[in-house]
Amino acid sequence: MQALKKFNWTDLFMWVVGGALLLLIVVGSTLTLQQGKYTAVQWFDLTVFGLAQGSVYALIALGYTLVYGILRMINFAHSEIFMSGAFIGYFVAASMQRSGFMQENPLLGIVFIFITAMTTSAILAILLERIAYRPLRGAPRLVPLITAIGASFFLQYIFRGLFGTQNRAYPEIAYIQGAIPLGGDFQIQKIQLIVIIAAALMMAFLAYFVQFTKTGKAMRAVSEDKDVAALMGIDVDKIIVRTFIIGAALAGAAGVLYCFMFRIVTFYMGFIPGLKAFTAAVLGGIGNPPGAMLGGLFLGIFESLGPTLFLDGLGIPAPYQLKDVIAFTMLVMILIFRPTGILGERLSRTKA
Amino acid sequence: MNQFNWSNAVRLGLIAGIIGVLIALVGMVETFDERDIVASTLAMSWTMLFITILVAAYMSASNQTSNLLGVAGSTITGFIFSLVMCVLVFIVETFDIRQTFVNASPTLVDILTFERGMPGGFIYLIGTGTIVGALGGGIYILPEKIRRALILGFGVITFVGLMEDIIRVPMRDFPTVSDALSWMFGRGSESGLSILGATVVFVLVAGGNYLWGENQSKINASVQKMPETRQRSLRILGYGLLILVVLYLPVVLGLYLTEVVNVTGLFILMGLGLNIVVGFAGLLDLGYVAFYALGAYIIGVLTNLSGELTLALGWNYWLALPLALFGAVLFGIVLGIPVLNMRGDYLAIVTLGFGEIIRIMALSDYLKPHIGGSQGIVNIPPPEFLGVLLNKPQTLYYLIVAGCLLALFISQRLRDSRLGRSWKAMREDEDVAQAMGINLVATKLLAFATGAAFSGLSGSILAIKLGTIYPHSFALLISINVLALIIVGGLGSIPGVFVGALLLAAMPELLREFSEYRLLIYGALLVVMMQVRPEGFWPEETHKREFHEATQEAK
Repeated sequence: MQALKKFNWTDLFMWVVGGALLLLIVVGSTLTLQQGKYTAVQWFDLTVFGLAQGSVYALIALGYTLVYGILRMINFAHSEIFMSGAFIGYFVAASMQRSGFMQENPLLGIVFIFITAMTTSAILAILLERIAYRPLRGAPRLVPLITAIGASFFLQYIFRGLFGTQNRAYPEIAYIQGAIPLGGDFQIQKIQLIVIIAAALMMAFLAYFVQFTKTGKAMRAVSEDKDVAALMGIDVDKIIVRTFIIGAALAGAAGVLYCFMFRIVTFYMGFIPGLKAFTAAVLGGIGNPPGAMLGGLFLGIFESLGPTLFLDGLGIPAPYQLKDVIAFTMLVMILIFRPTGILGERLSRTKA
Repeated sequence: MNQFNWSNAVRLGLIAGIIGVLIALVGMVETFDERDIVASTLAMSWTMLFITILVAAYMSASNQTSNLLGVAGSTITGFIFSLVMCVLVFIVETFDIRQTFVNASPTLVDILTFERGMPGGFIYLIGTGTIVGALGGGIYILPEKIRRALILGFGVITFVGLMEDIIRVPMRDFPTVSDALSWMFGRGSESGLSILGATVVFVLVAGGNYLWGENQSKINASVQKMPETRQRSLRILGYGLLILVVLYLPVVLGLYLTEVVNVTGLFILMGLGLNIVVGFAGLLDLGYVAFYALGAYIIGVLTNLSGELTLALGWNYWLALPLALFGAVLFGIVLGIPVLNMRGDYLAIVTLGFGEIIRIMALSDYLKPHIGGSQGIVNIPPPEFLGVLLNKPQTLYYLIVAGCLLALFISQRLRDSRLGRSWKAMREDEDVAQAMGINLVATKLLAFATGAAFSGLSGSILAIKLGTIYPHSFALLISINVLALIIVGGLGSIPGVFVGALLLAAMPELLREFSEYRLLIYGALLVVMMQVRPEGFWPEETHKREFHEATQEAK
């Protein structure tokens, strides 16, 4: 009886849509694999590329998740923090390339790019929090969200005004070019390997930081309950600022890695990766750092394999154009059928 | 007790200076230097910097304990501001930073130093900054009535000066008027007001405002004293005049200005729709452009004659219009169902995703045979109405006005209806609304559907207005634009939509130089509005109360 009572037509509609999509995926994949247009090496390359892309998404997603966990708001401007890191990293890289420093000390140069990018992103995030978000604590929910959207556009167009509209090509750093053979026809691009390892290292550090340091514990306490945390002697404002700094530094690093991979810098480069990273955060369960990492990797692979695997077999021309559609559709489907994400609590309905 | 607050004055000067540096490096100073407010005396570029100083100086003065200290504080603020600008000039002149900052050009230095080069120009720069700072303090210590009249006077001069070429375009058709007023404006190709014109405008506006302030209560009282019938006829006369003006407008305005009005009208249409979804029902929709695109594409596909598209039917616009609206409504419901259970932030992200999906699909090769892919749809024929071809801005104007009036009527009636009250209840608290017996599913879907219908109508008019549609016309920016518009006007407020559209759709069209900085200004405006005036410029009553309660609670 209970089950019958709960049934309604909107749920039915969604189950039909979900089922149709699932059917599409299964049929598409079978057809693609049957046609055998792609070799094992190609699948391997796509997977590694997806993994590298996913690592970048995961790094950005951590920023969304950390801030969401504490403030219960989507920091829309996070994608611009990512972009700012990429931009400053570019300027440092380009000037070091011109002066020849990069050719002589490539390792030191790369470390330097990371440090400047992460610092810039962190400073921008501190300013953003102080100027735009802090005065709005306790305001109706729509208010900080609209502020964040406004801040996102403001930052994007400030960068456009300051640094021009042209696409800037990232300098080619010889040290990280080339591929490592893995036996047979298989090989892995050095850059992709570096991206995956760097991201993994940073995420390991973050996991340690949140789990074992005093600040990390305080962050978790604040995300549980701000008032109680304050009563326990935690300076909530300070912890919020630190959360922003950590998220921004990761986003800045992600910006540099992203540029290593795609070698192009523009003022609007943050928007799509930002949206994807948010999808990754939701996928993993927002407010949950390990979830964001998992979600990022999953989304990266899904997006890299998806168009070829699901759509090519169905005879859709240029399936790669639709990769963003696949990612967004997945976001919607997850929010409908499993709003908790892979590892999260159920936030989209209750607290949001 | 009368301690001078040094740190405050200096800090405000530094903040203003940084804002000034940003304005300069973003390229606004150089772009706006072409535009004179007062012919060959005051350009828009310096006006912007002056406004920055004045605001900072005013705030600086208000933070001191006495009037005299206030003026001193604001002078120091102005001084610090100009010091920061001097540093900028020095850096731009000494180091070559154009590789990085594309707008750090020699022209910028020329403008900032009044074309007097480095050491000499500093004196002018500092002198100007300090004097303007002192003026800001001076304005603060004046009595309120005079202050308001002065600020309004300067504001109107800036506005009229900016709009000079636009004011003069329609006047060209009436040579007597334009000759009689030629003394007001700059000569020949000069833009802006003449000095005499500026003075006259200032005296008229400031004086008028002062007198109005003195006598406002008397005039109101005399209107109040009139008998009921007289008041009513006065009101009817007002409405009659308004209708006449609206009908006669395109004849007076000429081609270009009518086009601007039309664009504004399309934004008003969308704004009224989004106002229902976000303002009434509280559902933050960032993918609103999807319905706009849908309306345009349905019209495009159904009326297209070229035969390149598989589905082109060559229908009449009036036949296709109901289908376009129906399609938009249907889509509004279909996209509404998945998000029924989502709230706040999640809703925003998912709708944003929907908007992007629609745009990418329109752009993709997959649907190219049906809707044209990246090349879009061309050759959309203009419709005919009672023998008049709606292909010029002047004739399209009436279609847009009709659409806006219809949307205005519908949203006004809906606002006061049972449905409107359900929407507001849902906006305040979904759980309580449901407990009160409101069917959330139907109420939400109706909000999405109504909003989609308005947007679809707007899109369908856009299709015939342009004659061609491209996927690029339906970027996320349109959604943000409309959202910014209704927020600036006041969420949930119908007159607010008009105010917002005037400020955010008409103004950027009129000030061509602004269009490049449109989104920069929108972004800043959204952030500032949310902090200073979250209820908008023309707020709806309940919203206003709510925002102020919230801020009080926070304190």
